[in-house]
Amino acid sequence: MTKAKIDGEACKGCGLCVGACPKKIISLSKSKINRQGYFPAEITDIEACIGCALCAVMCPDVCIEVE
Amino acid sequence: MAVFHKTKDLTSKPFHYCPGCTHGIVHRLVAEAIEEFGVSEKTIGIAPVGCSVFAYDYFNFDMAEAAHGRAPAMATGIKRVHPDCLVFCYQGDGDLASIGTAETVHAACRGENITIIFINNGIYGMTGGQMAPTTIMGQKATTCPNGRSGINGYPIKICEMLATQEGTYYAERVSTHNVKQVLNAKRAIKKALKNQIDKKGFSIVEVLTNCPTNWHMSPQDSLKYIEEKVILYYPLGIFKDKDAEVKNA
Amino acid sequence: MARQLIKGNEAIAEAAVRSGCRYYFGYPITPQSEIPEYMSARLSEVGGTFIQAESEISAINMVYGAAAAGGRAMTSSSSPGISLKQEGISYIAASDVPCVIVNVMRAGPGLGGIQPSQGDYFQAVKGGGHGDYKLIVYAPSSVQEAADYTYKAFDVADKYRIPVMILCDGLLGQMMEGVELPPMRDLSALPKKDWALRGWDRNGPRRIINSLRIQPDELERYIDGLYKKYDAIRQNEIEVEEYLCDDAEIILAAYGIVARICKGAILKLRKMGIKAGLIRPITLFPFPEDTFAMHAEKGSVKKFVSVELSKGQMIEDVRLAIGGKKPVAFYGRTGGNVMNEDDVASFIAGGK
Repeated sequence: MTKAKIDGEACKGCGLCVGACPKKIISLSKSKINRQGYFPAEITDIEACIGCALCAVMCPDVCIEVE
Repeated sequence: MAVFHKTKDLTSKPFHYCPGCTHGIVHRLVAEAIEEFGVSEKTIGIAPVGCSVFAYDYFNFDMAEAAHGRAPAMATGIKRVHPDCLVFCYQGDGDLASIGTAETVHAACRGENITIIFINNGIYGMTGGQMAPTTIMGQKATTCPNGRSGINGYPIKICEMLATQEGTYYAERVSTHNVKQVLNAKRAIKKALKNQIDKKGFSIVEVLTNCPTNWHMSPQDSLKYIEEKVILYYPLGIFKDKDAEVKNA
Repeated sequence: MARQLIKGNEAIAEAAVRSGCRYYFGYPITPQSEIPEYMSARLSEVGGTFIQAESEISAINMVYGAAAAGGRAMTSSSSPGISLKQEGISYIAASDVPCVIVNVMRAGPGLGGIQPSQGDYFQAVKGGGHGDYKLIVYAPSSVQEAADYTYKAFDVADKYRIPVMILCDGLLGQMMEGVELPPMRDLSALPKKDWALRGWDRNGPRRIINSLRIQPDELERYIDGLYKKYDAIRQNEIEVEEYLCDDAEIILAAYGIVARICKGAILKLRKMGIKAGLIRPITLFPFPEDTFAMHAEKGSVKKFVSVELSKGQMIEDVRLAIGGKKPVAFYGRTGGNVMNEDDVASFIAGGK
């Protein structure tokens, strides 16, 4: 199954993927802070992910792989 | 099988750009396009002065760092020595449309077979948010704190201007404010690079981008600003395409 | 080899082509416009590239690009245009990129005049552009030397990976003399540049031509390296002519066309019984300090006189070199006026 995977440590918490996801299953963590000091993006419902990769298209830091 | 995988034409160095800055998107699009054309080993890129001054650390090609505004001149020198290399300039609005206007215009007029990626975010990011020649009316910046108005003159329109010149082969303005626009931007960037590979002449893609930090907006709001405000003055579209002219002749 | 009558500017251009220069970028400005004009015809004959750039600034940046890509590249201009190029020259020097820059000096400052001068010595030798760097500067004194040193400049530039300047004046650029031009170089015999941009074929490291070093320690280390290079240049590349200095009591210091005028003045002075001689620096950087210092030590030498087409620029290096051991006087003309032998001789004979 093709699914997106976000590298939380590389993420800068910009939120562009949140707006790009057509399934609305990405959000910025409210509790976790990564090593860079950002609230990283997380996929909240991986089952619902359709592997469209629009999140990856919008990510400015190439944190998302889809495979 | 990977649907989306990081291109090998970007190095592993993390971008230093602000969170949500679309520089990162455009770097990726350019690198992906070059990888897809299979010409990575014959590519030389020229980095500007601006937020992307360290572009030589991110693009996995032989790279040169130009003086502010002079990338098209440096690209001219490089391309004349290596006409079979893909030579691209990546420049911001100060670099290309302020100090470098003469170099930009004359590289186009000479019909230099190079590709310029013009990052237009209407502000000087690296130096802390001063007005750019492309800052739109009403927009605030540190050197127009009350918002740009008539006393600051009018924003310069590069694509429109270059389109009037015989030497310009292709000029298109695109945006990065949502996924559809980003994918469209990639199409235009690929065309601009392919024109060079096919030895057609001077190509420029003007990319409307954001600056959340100096626009004092969240990344998402900054993309809305492009969509609702910037595009009114800087409409998207193809301003010059000699391929189309040839077809219609 | 045949001698031919040729104008200084054209000799410089032809010598450059024969030395392997295949990339010329320049802009018209009096008194050197013959150089781009000549190149526009000649380079296409040898498969080279000529571009009349939109400005002197653009031209130096085109040189930066072509040279960074491994080509033998050159630009030329005159004083105000060389001012425009300074940022580019600093960048080229700070990237260890070789190239040749020709300055056919005219009267300054400002738009100034179009007649000869030597008012750009400071600009050429003491910087001109920002930061700690040096150029190798050759000051030819004849059309033959202008050709020979232009020819040599490309080799020296490549050897040390440094910009080299040919510092002429409008007189040399415009005058015609009999010259034996150097032979056309076989380009395939030139050494390969393993640092130049070419498109990374994944063999060896990726190449970056860059002058930005944002970490202070890194930049300081780099500058130390530049100055080690300049030490080697000082060791190996100084060129100077001593003319009738052995028994001289008054030693003139002059370069370029003024040195020739001084030689004539010296012959007149000698007829008057005044033992004059000349030290003619050919490299202005590296400056022949030891030659001046050596003569300053001699009991027979009473004074030095710097003769320049300026208000006195090289005189400072003469003073530094002789360390106060003997007095240094100055004779100069500006505005585009050029002194003649009698002017120099009467100044010296007048005992100033």
